[in-house]
Amino acid sequence: MLVNRKLILAHFWLAFAAFGVALALGAWQMFIRSPLGVWLANPELYYRSLTAHGTVMGYVFPTLVAMGFGYAISESALQQRLVGARWAWTGFWMIVVGAVMAMIPVALGRASVLYTFYPPLIGNVFYYIGVVLVVVGSWIWVALMSINLRVWKKANPGAPVPLAMFANVAGSYLWAWTAVGAALELLLQIIPVSVGLKATIDAGLARVFFSWTLHAIVYFWLMPTYIAYYTIVPRAIGGRIYSDTMARISFILFLVVAMPIGMHHTFADPQVGAGFKFIHSAFTALVALPTLLTVFTICASVEIAARLRGGRGLFGWITALPWDNPMLLALAFSFVMLGFGGAGGLINMSYQLDASIHNTQWITGHFHLIFGGAIVIMYFAIAYDLWPHLTGRALADLGMVRTQLWLWFIGMMVTTFPWHWVGILGMPRRMAYFDFGDPAIAPQALSVTFSAIGGFILLTSGILFLVILARGMRSPVTDAGDYQFSLAVHQPATMPIALNSHALWVALMIGLTITNYGYPIMTLALTEGTSVPAVYVGAQ
Amino acid sequence: MTAEDSHHGADIAARVERRWATVAVIIIVMMAVLAAFAGIHRATMPQPRVETTDPSRLHLSGEFVESNLGSVLEANGAVTVRAIGQQYSFTPACIVVPSDTPITLRATSADVVHGILIQGTNVNTMLVPGYISEQLMRFTRTGDYLMPCQEFCSFGHEGMWGKVRVIDKAEFANRAKAGGRLSCVGQ
Repeated sequence: MLVNRKLILAHFWLAFAAFGVALALGAWQMFIRSPLGVWLANPELYYRSLTAHGTVMGYVFPTLVAMGFGYAISESALQQRLVGARWAWTGFWMIVVGAVMAMIPVALGRASVLYTFYPPLIGNVFYYIGVVLVVVGSWIWVALMSINLRVWKKANPGAPVPLAMFANVAGSYLWAWTAVGAALELLLQIIPVSVGLKATIDAGLARVFFSWTLHAIVYFWLMPTYIAYYTIVPRAIGGRIYSDTMARISFILFLVVAMPIGMHHTFADPQVGAGFKFIHSAFTALVALPTLLTVFTICASVEIAARLRGGRGLFGWITALPWDNPMLLALAFSFVMLGFGGAGGLINMSYQLDASIHNTQWITGHFHLIFGGAIVIMYFAIAYDLWPHLTGRALADLGMVRTQLWLWFIGMMVTTFPWHWVGILGMPRRMAYFDFGDPAIAPQALSVTFSAIGGFILLTSGILFLVILARGMRSPVTDAGDYQFSLAVHQPATMPIALNSHALWVALMIGLTITNYGYPIMTLALTEGTSVPAVYVGAQ
Repeated sequence: MTAEDSHHGADIAARVERRWATVAVIIIVMMAVLAAFAGIHRATMPQPRVETTDPSRLHLSGEFVESNLGSVLEANGAVTVRAIGQQYSFTPACIVVPSDTPITLRATSADVVHGILIQGTNVNTMLVPGYISEQLMRFTRTGDYLMPCQEFCSFGHEGMWGKVRVIDKAEFANRAKAGGRLSCVGQ
């Protein structure tokens, strides 16, 4: 039952249009910093572009996908018309206004601070207010997901909450809480300085606040992907979820342990002591657990599909899989990239290993592999799967879909592997250009060139994706039927309350965040004389 | 399939899952134990102490006044290097240090967030204005190393490259005899 199709489509179209623009900027950036391009006469253009690319890809695009997908899940999994559709539209328009408001100063070169808010570098106030509007708009979605689940529970007392909705609401709570860190930084520190009420700011404290948001946000981006792994892929390839319980445990674990880990972003910082760094490192290790569980459950679910199709033997079943099915292709690519990206992540979180690659191009490689690769390729898959239900028209050309997915996978590999390599060699990230004429830097030129080529493969894939969706809006009308989610092998009849509600886990999430962040933030806030003069972007 | 079969299947599934979950937990505990061991036993730890300094007074008084920047040979044979980062350079722009000697790098920022990274080594630290970064280092190979700023520090970031010159221990001791703070700026 999808009633508010226009609402969902609006979210997806805005998300993908913004994604297309940001993708083009990304490709341009890689070209300009590679030996293929000429040095920019005005390197500041690079940082404008980077700020826009990061802000859109980090805040606007995944948030809109999670919201649109969330509304779709709410209506189709709960079989219930969305409660509060008018509020949902309000949230959507807040994001539109916020995104435009943020991008104007960025385009004018008044907010080239990148998407990581690291004072005392301060951009134009409208950039920050725009970002706040985007976040507040998304908080409306959080509230609506919670309300819709509550309405459903009242109508279905004691019934197991459909897995897709359970995960969706967990993701929304994770987002609501992780956004608080950056919100505190913006409201308490940055915005007062950017409007000129204060002239000094504690840069160390700001970095700690931002780290609160900066890592768990990745797990919020990941949620739609994991929901697709569990509740779309098995159905789309004719299988079953191996274990509904394990899926719920994974989502709960994300909710609880994804939050209090951000300080591994400050391993090389002077304002946090070693103790909390170690605690956060250990928690970051812990957050690998839900992913390990997911890899197991999804591989088992896929195996079920293969065996139902007659696959045999220890590994023979792999050939029995429907490899021409784009959903399986996307899943396979996603898992490969998740594997490489995750291995890199374990290195980043290791307290000691981090030193060799901290803030180098390796990091860029790592998170593009995870977010741009493993996560975004499943966003494509979600869109392909939902489109016929949203438009009432079939996506007929599966060959084109497969080509698009292949290009994305290849592009991501060609882009990120050289990045990891030059990162190990010590190439810093976020630089407008490199002097490849310097003999010490020249050996990196070839790797950087490969990355730039990868960027254009990605751009081609992104354009193809938009073309496929746009063409899908005009293909012949078909009845796609009800939007369905995967069933489990053992579909639960009853569910223990802990696996059917979020209250306990939200309490744990908040409690753990307070123990892991409370003391460092309090000490920093109470230390005298650590505020430093603000440096305004574009001020002469 | 009867109800018992289904039950049996569910039991097997649960058992297999539990086994996998146990393996996953063991992997993670192992990683944490390794990190703790390396941290405690081998003393490979990030900076443990938090020290503050006022960036607007760096050039007037205290540890980071201009005359105190550069490398100094301490009485115990160790070397301390003091440096600051500012938009868009390091002072000193060329740091000279001896090989095979324990070195303590103490650095801070005079304006925005910068980072020090010495290519080809594990020396990598953030410079946050208001706070002092301390990093232990030791070089076994003489020669020049590039030292870029690894954090975006506004429009001139791409031009912020320093250098570290590692020279022979004896040569360094010889140069240090004259006293003062050593650097390789202009050499």
